[in-house]
Amino acid sequence: MTSPDYTKISQGIVYDPRNGVDGEVRDLWILDGRIVDSPADSSVRASRTIDATGLVVMPGGIDMHCHIAGPKVNVARKMRPEEKRRGEQMPRTSITHSGSMGSVPSTFATGYKYAALGYTTAFDAAIPPIAARHAHEEFEDTPCIDKGFYVLMGNNHYVMQSLMKNEPHKLKAFIAWLLTSTKGFAPKLVNPGGVEVWKSKQAGNVSGLDTKVDHFGVTPRQIICGVAQAAAELALPHPVHIHCNNLGMPGNWETTLETMRALNGYRGHITHIQFHSYGGGNGDENTFNSKVIPLVEYVNSHPNITVDVGQVLFGETTSMTGDGPLGYFLSKVYGGKWFSSDTEMESGCGITPIKYRNKSLVHALQWAIGLEWYLLVKDPWQVVMSTDHPNGGSFLAYPQIIRFLMDKTYRRDVLKTCPPAILERSSLWEIDREYTLNEIAIITRAGPAKILGLNDKGHLGAGADADITIYTPHENKEVMFEMPRVVIKSGRVLVEQGEIRETLIGKTLHVQPNYDLEVETDIQEWFEKYYSIQWRNYPVDLSYLYESCVIPTRRGS
Amino acid sequence: MTSGSTQAHAPTPSIPGELKIIQDATCTFCGCVCDDIELTVKDDHIIEAKRACILGKSWFLNHSVEDRPSCTIDGNPASLEQGYDRAAQILTHGKYPIVYGLSDSPCEAQRVAVSIVDWISGTIDTTTSVCHGPSGMAFQGVGEVTCSLGEVANRGDMIMFWGSNPAESHPRHFTKYSLMPKGMFLPNGRKDRTCVIVDVRRTKSAKAADIFIQIKPKKDFEALWTLRALAKGIELDPELVLRETGVEFSVWSDLMDRMKACKFGVIFFGMGLTMTRGKHVNSEALLALTRDMNAHTRFVAKPNRGHGNVTGADNVVSWRTGYPFGVNHARGYPRFNPGEYTTSDTLANREADCAMMIACDPMANFSQPAREHLATIPYIALDTKETPTTRSAAVAFAVATYGINTGGTVYRMDDVPIPLRPAFASPHPSDYDVLTAIEVRVKKILGIT
Repeated sequence: MTSPDYTKISQGIVYDPRNGVDGEVRDLWILDGRIVDSPADSSVRASRTIDATGLVVMPGGIDMHCHIAGPKVNVARKMRPEEKRRGEQMPRTSITHSGSMGSVPSTFATGYKYAALGYTTAFDAAIPPIAARHAHEEFEDTPCIDKGFYVLMGNNHYVMQSLMKNEPHKLKAFIAWLLTSTKGFAPKLVNPGGVEVWKSKQAGNVSGLDTKVDHFGVTPRQIICGVAQAAAELALPHPVHIHCNNLGMPGNWETTLETMRALNGYRGHITHIQFHSYGGGNGDENTFNSKVIPLVEYVNSHPNITVDVGQVLFGETTSMTGDGPLGYFLSKVYGGKWFSSDTEMESGCGITPIKYRNKSLVHALQWAIGLEWYLLVKDPWQVVMSTDHPNGGSFLAYPQIIRFLMDKTYRRDVLKTCPPAILERSSLWEIDREYTLNEIAIITRAGPAKILGLNDKGHLGAGADADITIYTPHENKEVMFEMPRVVIKSGRVLVEQGEIRETLIGKTLHVQPNYDLEVETDIQEWFEKYYSIQWRNYPVDLSYLYESCVIPTRRGS
Repeated sequence: MTSGSTQAHAPTPSIPGELKIIQDATCTFCGCVCDDIELTVKDDHIIEAKRACILGKSWFLNHSVEDRPSCTIDGNPASLEQGYDRAAQILTHGKYPIVYGLSDSPCEAQRVAVSIVDWISGTIDTTTSVCHGPSGMAFQGVGEVTCSLGEVANRGDMIMFWGSNPAESHPRHFTKYSLMPKGMFLPNGRKDRTCVIVDVRRTKSAKAADIFIQIKPKKDFEALWTLRALAKGIELDPELVLRETGVEFSVWSDLMDRMKACKFGVIFFGMGLTMTRGKHVNSEALLALTRDMNAHTRFVAKPNRGHGNVTGADNVVSWRTGYPFGVNHARGYPRFNPGEYTTSDTLANREADCAMMIACDPMANFSQPAREHLATIPYIALDTKETPTTRSAAVAFAVATYGINTGGTVYRMDDVPIPLRPAFASPHPSDYDVLTAIEVRVKKILGIT
């Protein structure tokens, strides 16, 4: 009998917050792509030993909210040739494909860049169900990371119709059917109700949680509350991911607070909350200010709520959203090219180039508001690092954000370059808090894994996926995090010091909750009335997934 | 790379003499990609294609597997293995290899083609460059306000066609998507819609129109700019408008009133706009007009795409390289330059020194200088049938037909991805199979792991 083919990471300084390990020197053993207990027989030798003496060891990073695949992302790639020839090029090598960068990198480039950054899992946050097949095709061309996506349903006609008719059992079955048919991971609400109104009239939108949606007569509050309840009853690993109404509007913090209340105690994740924490009103720039404090107080006292930030960074990027009316608004603000697409029965989409300038008071406030969120949420398990890539900035900016969080001097130095009025309108200057490495490990891997219900990710205990990142400590945390020493995915060394050593395609994480199959007849009847494709051609079958990984519900089924 | 969807959807075996019914089959003849066809198959022949249009029926019913070798080298029958080897040698020996076509292949095969181009530092281009390439460039200038075809069916109460003749090019367009359907918000179907057709000639589509506007040839831009001015309330000289567009000012002004008054307007446009004088500037004017109209009501635009999976080709090339067509990899990374890296140019400029033509026929429809140059360089051709391009190829593969013999994925003109349900097996390999075999050999020659 041959001995098992172990890999050992020896003597690293391990940060594994899920298992209560805060910077302790440990050995990690890997077998068949998973972390295992160290062999009982002390004479067992590992086939490969990675000496991590003096190095920091963490689980692989998890990006729980980014835009990396599907129709919207691909349109943005097509639309922005002008930004790709500047800056970095991605030539092919003997083991990697070529690609292009810009604010919306091509698929292969996206996979390699995430891996080189020490991230091993990423979730696209907004896929129209009818285009799910497209997202899966791109996933197969996005190497080195595990992937999943959230399914747009906040403006889905069947969702609104079952709420209007007060048929919660149909809503529940529909959500489960839709997630199963698309091989998606979680329900996503984007400007619930508002996108439907945008489709039906000029500059249409809802103004708040209690505006009735034309034709359906339901309110955003009913959609939020109804979907949160259905998702809870389905015991989905990630119940509901919410992009609130009124994104980007001065004074929108009240809508955000109402959204949190509308959850009625059910679990819910409010995404890119930075864009939803604004005071002021009437579109007047002079009144724009931070309302993080009242919102964070609510989050601090409501453990059912989690958030990711959607940090803004100064520079040029591409705004892309399932929020059609927001796209229209931004295109008018910036005046550049604008893409909008309405998808039948389901969703919308808006894309426009955008530039965040530190000399703009509004942009500087957006930047400060993001950092306030990280620094004011008391429990780091409730807040997750994101830039809403590429909306606030690229995922490649995560090391810089880590430096902002761990180094208050650096933070204040950048704050000094912003318009001075910012000091009266946000509390950032007064905040002394600096994150620890353990807290960074929470907001970039352990926390998102927990929020997403991924029991095999975000930690380094026995049974976890062997997705591991090893960093060289450095006083400048941006330097430390921008180029990991070693990145291991599924037990294989993919990256060493920024160089790709090996590639793999990665798994697709999705859910298939149980539901009342009898409701399918009703769904089919509705579908066949108004969709432009055939019922049988709608669901995505498993052949589109390179490697399927079903994440069980919180009930374990 | 694997491609599960091509493998999983192999046709079910036929039993001699028995009828086989394929429900919800997809027609890949044009960009409408109708996926509601019911095929009846007997002895490897399609004998009925329910719901297919005249073009679709012809596509399905006339399909027969050609009795010719799957591979020829310099016109002589050869084994597939010999063909793959020779193809890989040609592609890896060239200094300026180009790969072209792709719009009648499923996405799975398109992806392999882009991989090959990447490994050989070649240039990839699709038939988009000779049809809606100008729309792609216009899109990069101003963006696009658009929607899926189901939105048109459910909401579109003003349907315009500009330089497009769907009655002949997309026969089910009117009935399935744009004019006739009873939609969610248009319960009376055609009666609830106004149809406007703008063209330089009275096409067969014109009789479907409530309003037909015949403009002067080569004056699309001027006509669109007139409408843009009217949308913005800019005063115009009626005589100048008449002189430039060939149409009375009052007609344009009446049209603009209707456009502003509708709830959800749609402009479908075709090569009558994109391939006449002005090209991408025409498309840009139309996309800009659509955008402007959103200050008054909801308005969208959509190019009527021709080939069954040209939209898939745009998508695949974009997600892999970042650019939609005309992409050069000579420096090891993708660069985009329509007019330089587009195939009619790389050939006419005598730059390409070897080529692979996938499901396209440049020897029949390219300019003379381009054809002359193509005849002088070694190239590989993949097609379901014999064409002028396959006849002059160094290596020609007869391949199975997508959607009839092989599975995979195609993107409808509105970017909706649709799976294929093949009817019966072909003795010829699929283009996916051929390209995959060539890729394996290319990588081996180049030492790529």
